[in-house]
Amino acid sequence: MYTQALDSPIPDARPGSPAGQAALERRFEERIERDEKIEPKDWMPETYRQTLIRQISQHAHSEIVGMLPEGNWITRAPSLRRKAVLIAKVQDEGGHGMYLYSAAETLGLARAQMLEQLLDGRAKYSSIFNYPTLTWADVGAVGWLVDGAAIMNQIPICRCSYGPYARAMVRICKEESFHQRQGFEIMLALARGNPEQRAMAQDALDRWWWPSLMMFGPSDASSTHTAQSMRWRIKRFTNDELRQKFVDITVPQAEFLGLKIPDPALRWDEATQHYLTGPIDWSEFEAVLQGHGPCNQERLQARRAAHEEGRWVREAAAAYAAKHGGLGAGPRSASCITNPRAQGSVHE
Amino acid sequence: MSDDWPLFEVFIRARSGLEHKHVGSVHAADARMAIEHARDVYTRRQEGVSIWVVRSSEITASDPEEAEALFEPARDKVYRHPTFYAIPDEVKNL
Ligand SMILES: [Fe+2]
Ligand SMILES: [Fe+2]
Repeated sequence: MYTQALDSPIPDARPGSPAGQAALERRFEERIERDEKIEPKDWMPETYRQTLIRQISQHAHSEIVGMLPEGNWITRAPSLRRKAVLIAKVQDEGGHGMYLYSAAETLGLARAQMLEQLLDGRAKYSSIFNYPTLTWADVGAVGWLVDGAAIMNQIPICRCSYGPYARAMVRICKEESFHQRQGFEIMLALARGNPEQRAMAQDALDRWWWPSLMMFGPSDASSTHTAQSMRWRIKRFTNDELRQKFVDITVPQAEFLGLKIPDPALRWDEATQHYLTGPIDWSEFEAVLQGHGPCNQERLQARRAAHEEGRWVREAAAAYAAKHGGLGAGPRSASCITNPRAQGSVHE
Repeated sequence: MSDDWPLFEVFIRARSGLEHKHVGSVHAADARMAIEHARDVYTRRQEGVSIWVVRSSEITASDPEEAEALFEPARDKVYRHPTFYAIPDEVKNL
């Protein structure tokens, strides 16, 4: 409970004074220590705010750009069922982006600003989405491995100290499970298919395995943000811990599919009860992050084109709203309940 | 940089019989569009049967710094709860 922190009177808690600043910081750390959630209007250190803005906006951008590699296959899905599923999945990713932009906005960054940072190339997003989806098997591999890695990353964030981020993540995690299962199902169908289909599945695993491991971020030894984020309970596990968990659950799944993980050094270690992998090529990770992955240019161009092509729609909607009082002053309270057309849209 | 459309807070009634509950926010040019966006963003799995949207700027929130003044006074009034009263076990239906 927030008020417990106020039980002992704080001498000078005005943010301006150095003593006040220290008192606010101490009170904040104590709340984190007690596993309390921090909410948007609560006092928080500027570095906590900035860390969250960076992480949540990057996460949001990743969801949005993440629609592109799979969107690429919607028109070519091999059956109507697969097509409906893929549309639903890609739509979910768009939704995830929206939940996360909303959460980031509570920290004082306008959505238009985040969008601008994405479109002009300043913002970062997950390196994985800069790889191409060359065959239908890639759609399976992405669902199985990329969504699988995302789930591993996201589940601990459901307990993140920042309320809006944690709540967005609960919603997202509920939806992710189907993403991974539909991907595995695609892989399974191919793995049980003819030799050509099995080769396709293997080829997709070969190309997506290492980039999926890189999704967890740099190794703990070279991760700059991990320690502070763990203290603030934004992160609950280190990058390497999460990567290890992912490897441990995924290797047996690949075995079930009869596919081979493209890592000659991979082996089960009795002593640690973990699968040990060979070294990750971090220079590839760095290069992709710096914009030199196979699809960085293409992804940004696709986002920019979508933004430009939608401009007339946004302008028309704004003009309509201005004409009918939507963007200006005017009667607007409770219009959601009394407007019969609005009711219609909810129930259609 | 283009400006954002206004922000709307979204409240959803999960089933008839339940209250509307805050679920998040959307940007929209007007309330009608906000409902449509809320439908797409928050009810893809039949999470609701009714949506309210209200402009975020229309909401007045209590200040976290006032929390003590607002909520502390209720803390020592345990006599507002039924368990405060000691009634012998033999007494039934009370
Ligand atoms: Fe997602
Ligand atoms: Fe997903």
